[in-house]
Amino acid sequence: MRSRRRWERATEAGIELLIRLCGVSAIVFVFGIFFFVFREGSGFLFHGFNTWEFFTSPEWYPTSENHVRYGVLALIAGSASVTALAMVLAVPFGIGAAIFVSEFCGPGLRETLKITIELLAAIPSVVWGFIGLTVMNPLIMKITGAPIGLSVLNGGLILALMSVPIIVSIGEDALKAVPDSYREAALALGVTRWQLVYRVLLPAAKNGLLAAVLLGVGRAVGETMAVLMATGHSVTIPTSVLDSVRTLTATIAAELGEAAVGSEHYQVLFIIGVLLFSITFVVNLTADLIVRGTRAR
Amino acid sequence: MNKSTFRSDLRSTTVAALLLAAAVAALPVGCSRSTEPEKTVIQNTGSDTMVNLAQAWAEEYAKVDPSVSVEVSGGGSGTGIAALENGTVDITNSSRTVEPREVELAKKNTGKEPREFVVGYDALAVYVHKTNPMEEITLEQLAGVYAEGGLITQWSQLEVKMPEGAEEIIRVSRQSNSGTYAYFREAILGKGRDFKLGSRDMHGSKDVVELVSKTPGAIGYSGMGYATSEVKMLRIARRAGEAGVAPTAENTLNQTYPIARPLFMYTLGEPTGAVRAYLDWVRSDAGQKIVVTSGYVPVPKTGARP
Repeated sequence: MRSRRRWERATEAGIELLIRLCGVSAIVFVFGIFFFVFREGSGFLFHGFNTWEFFTSPEWYPTSENHVRYGVLALIAGSASVTALAMVLAVPFGIGAAIFVSEFCGPGLRETLKITIELLAAIPSVVWGFIGLTVMNPLIMKITGAPIGLSVLNGGLILALMSVPIIVSIGEDALKAVPDSYREAALALGVTRWQLVYRVLLPAAKNGLLAAVLLGVGRAVGETMAVLMATGHSVTIPTSVLDSVRTLTATIAAELGEAAVGSEHYQVLFIIGVLLFSITFVVNLTADLIVRGTRAR
Repeated sequence: MNKSTFRSDLRSTTVAALLLAAAVAALPVGCSRSTEPEKTVIQNTGSDTMVNLAQAWAEEYAKVDPSVSVEVSGGGSGTGIAALENGTVDITNSSRTVEPREVELAKKNTGKEPREFVVGYDALAVYVHKTNPMEEITLEQLAGVYAEGGLITQWSQLEVKMPEGAEEIIRVSRQSNSGTYAYFREAILGKGRDFKLGSRDMHGSKDVVELVSKTPGAIGYSGMGYATSEVKMLRIARRAGEAGVAPTAENTLNQTYPIARPLFMYTLGEPTGAVRAYLDWVRSDAGQKIVVTSGYVPVPKTGARP
């Protein structure tokens, strides 16, 4: 009897330890990944890397024979333009859908909608890219008369569709978190449902909704495969939504495989990785701090 | 002790055992290297354009003769030829012929003369959409379209009448470290010149043709093996006024097609033993089949060299 107790306690402790390790491992992985990405690029970063050119030159010639130039301005502009367009499209849709699902629709429809939205989130990004390449490309050419349909518009639409599910599910949670007493009080004052949403729920849930949008942004900035296929992969600073662009992520995906390990080009691609990591880190951290702010209140 | 605690006890033990088993399975298995017979190693270095092809040969040859291991590295034709001059390589891959000066140097250093083997041909086709009325283009025009500082951006500048909305030339190119990109840069733009930024850079020969087939205003370059019925291959003229030459296996072999070149392998002196066997296999039907699957033109069976 007693030995059984001891055994029980030992297994309990063992399992606890294992689960604790699993939990902590996430932190180890994140720091490990950042460290190794940084280390791969650090050799060139500290010796001969031209930070000014990197951020201000739109000329990306990593393999030029007599004049190598590593300027990522056009790539940053590409990432930013596609993300911005995606957000312009996804935020109204995402927040609108979140309001509808949380406040207006009946339970049956709500379940159907939620399942469908989750399904949208489960589509692999390469499939989205494929849709961009084969369905949207000719469609955009036909509708807008542009010479080519692989553009900011195409990538932005695809990314918007990919970010909407995140915005909807987190936005819905934020609206659900508003206490029912707010709703009851507002309705008791005789407001319409639209006034309830606009004057009570949105201000009360604004932090959660902002976090939803920022996580959507993080998703859009970090997306690779879909934008690689849908944006045309062209080093250009876009002047209209119909211009082809190239994003930071797509550049890494396209060039890392064939860059000689340890070469300058290889290291610059890792420096781009660090840049991306920093961008998504700041975006996610902001979102997290905002959510925490909501909870603390 | 009652039955239910016993059962929960059993369950937690099972979980613990499973986790333990998973942890053990994740541990690296100890090194138990069997003693293998000594392998003959062939050092194969040079041309970056050929490095994938050479790798494909090496992998396939490992199945043909497991006792021989071919170690392939790139670095460029120049690097490979330099290694040949110093006698530090068994086979050099090169996408250009060895210059007389280099032959002399090799003779002086090693006492042997480089022996040349043609192992395949590399031909690039210039593709446009099938509805594009253009039939041929000069090298100069291609440079104007693709090179940094080149002024041709509209089809009208090439005297091609395009339908409404497709007047702009959509340049389709390759990612900047592709061998095709480098060859096109050297052959069309000229030494030291770069591409104009803003081309759509595809990640494979097939993707170039795919995009051109979907875009009426596009022009792109890719291996001729990637042609489909949706695109048209332009005839290429060396200069204005000369007749254009179509990219065919025949024109590649008789060297009338301007953007094609033979691919070479060089050895020091007449090869013997494993190196000889490898080169014979590379030029056999089995080896030449890999040339085709890698997107190049095989050496004609008659053995006639251009």
